[in-house]
Amino acid sequence: MNTIRPEQEYFAHLAEGRFMLQRSRASGKCFFHPRVAEPVTGARDLEWVQASGSGTVYATTVVRAKSPAVPANVVLVDLDEGPRVMSRVEGINPDAVRIGMRVQARIGQQDGRPILLFDVAADTGSQV
Amino acid sequence: MSRDKFPRGKSAIVAAATYGMGESPGQSSMDLAVSASLRALDQVGLQPAEVDGLFIGLPDDYLSGLTFAEYLGIQPRLTENNRTGGSAFLTHAMWAALAIEAGQCDVALIAYGSNQRTSSGGLVSAMRPPAYEAPYKLGRPVGAYALATSRYMHQYGLKREQLGEVALAARRWAQLNPDAFVRAPLTMEAYLQARMVSDPISVRDCCLVTDGAAAVVMVSAGRAKQMAKRPVYLLGAAAATDHRDITSMPDLTTTAAVHSGARAFAQSGVKPSDIDVVELYDAFTINTLLFLEDLGFCKKGEGGAFVEGGRIAPGGALPVNTNGGGLSCVHPGMYGLFTMVEAAQQLMGQAGERQVKDARLAVAHGNGGELSSQATLVLGTEETL
Repeated sequence: MNTIRPEQEYFAHLAEGRFMLQRSRASGKCFFHPRVAEPVTGARDLEWVQASGSGTVYATTVVRAKSPAVPANVVLVDLDEGPRVMSRVEGINPDAVRIGMRVQARIGQQDGRPILLFDVAADTGSQV
Repeated sequence: MSRDKFPRGKSAIVAAATYGMGESPGQSSMDLAVSASLRALDQVGLQPAEVDGLFIGLPDDYLSGLTFAEYLGIQPRLTENNRTGGSAFLTHAMWAALAIEAGQCDVALIAYGSNQRTSSGGLVSAMRPPAYEAPYKLGRPVGAYALATSRYMHQYGLKREQLGEVALAARRWAQLNPDAFVRAPLTMEAYLQARMVSDPISVRDCCLVTDGAAAVVMVSAGRAKQMAKRPVYLLGAAAATDHRDITSMPDLTTTAAVHSGARAFAQSGVKPSDIDVVELYDAFTINTLLFLEDLGFCKKGEGGAFVEGGRIAPGGALPVNTNGGGLSCVHPGMYGLFTMVEAAQQLMGQAGERQVKDARLAVAHGNGGELSSQATLVLGTEETL
């Protein structure tokens, strides 16, 4: 079995425009953050699969750092595949982000590195 | 899992002290921890060399067990430097009880100190965000607790006024404590107008950033009766964890205190409704609500209503955080040991103006990381053995 380098592989995929999740072939369940083994079972039969990028806002805050920093949103998003990720919803005011909002992943750039971001989903309905 | 066993009532706190509360310019974290320790040892007439079980964890020194031993020139049989964040000191008490019962040590000292306010002006933390989270610049730990608060509000309809009750109660207790750092009156109006730090958490939902140190001495129950007028017996102690970073917390509205609390209460043979005084690690106002629920003082989702009407404030039905807590008394980076000191002082009848009458049973509960590590102690006087 090939050596898994979780962080390197995740960001290499992201740099090439792919938001990937790991899953165990046996359980078929995705998890995040990337690891060398599936949590709980320790299974090492891992594969990378492309995430749908669809998710629902689970929790949200607006970080109000001291000026000149502008208020910025930080969310936890429950992906449709199951795992939860930290990110930022862009394209609306930071304090307009609501729990239950449907969001869609996009890969952006920040400080010369790829970053996972979310936009409000086009077909937005609210779920909890 | 094997049956959860604990040597109920076999060890006791015989001394509990604080030092340098608020601001202590010019002293290092270790200077403060040593000064608090000497105060505690003085209470029971012990020399540093008699400490043979040392439990410590400073924010700025990974080898603090060794540093402390060198500082006082002692050679403990047991040196423990477990780090589970601010809950570490309650896990130290659990291990001290087991070590005393097993004969691994006779005099256990648990110590903490930090000069973070006068040395850096900010929280000194050993936590580093993972690469998957750092780019979003969540202010930590406050942002993590803000995410939890947002979820709790969404799920249970919590109002800001109910969080305000927690802040106001802490301040009213602090006004009865001469050692508390912030004692100016706090009104609900002022609470509601406070500057937002990380929505929905304002500066009045956040603990203080202070200097301060604390220490407790634990010995066997047999020895405790000879050393102290009113020893504080350890009736139950348990710890639990379910994540490190907030993203991996299974449910942001329920902490692992559900498990640490249930186990500590089962070991002690008492239940939440028996408890006279409660000391919870209130890094943020939401903590108090989550831990009241998770430890079984009220049902999940009912914490906001539970604290209304001054129920946890001086004169209320359930005294909570009687020193003023991390919110208004002291918060030198890791607050856990201060919950134990205050619980012990209450049960020893030494809490002055804030003394809870006839206090016989207390809970001290520590939290570490981002609601990550939970540790619960049930403490009682001789009458509860």
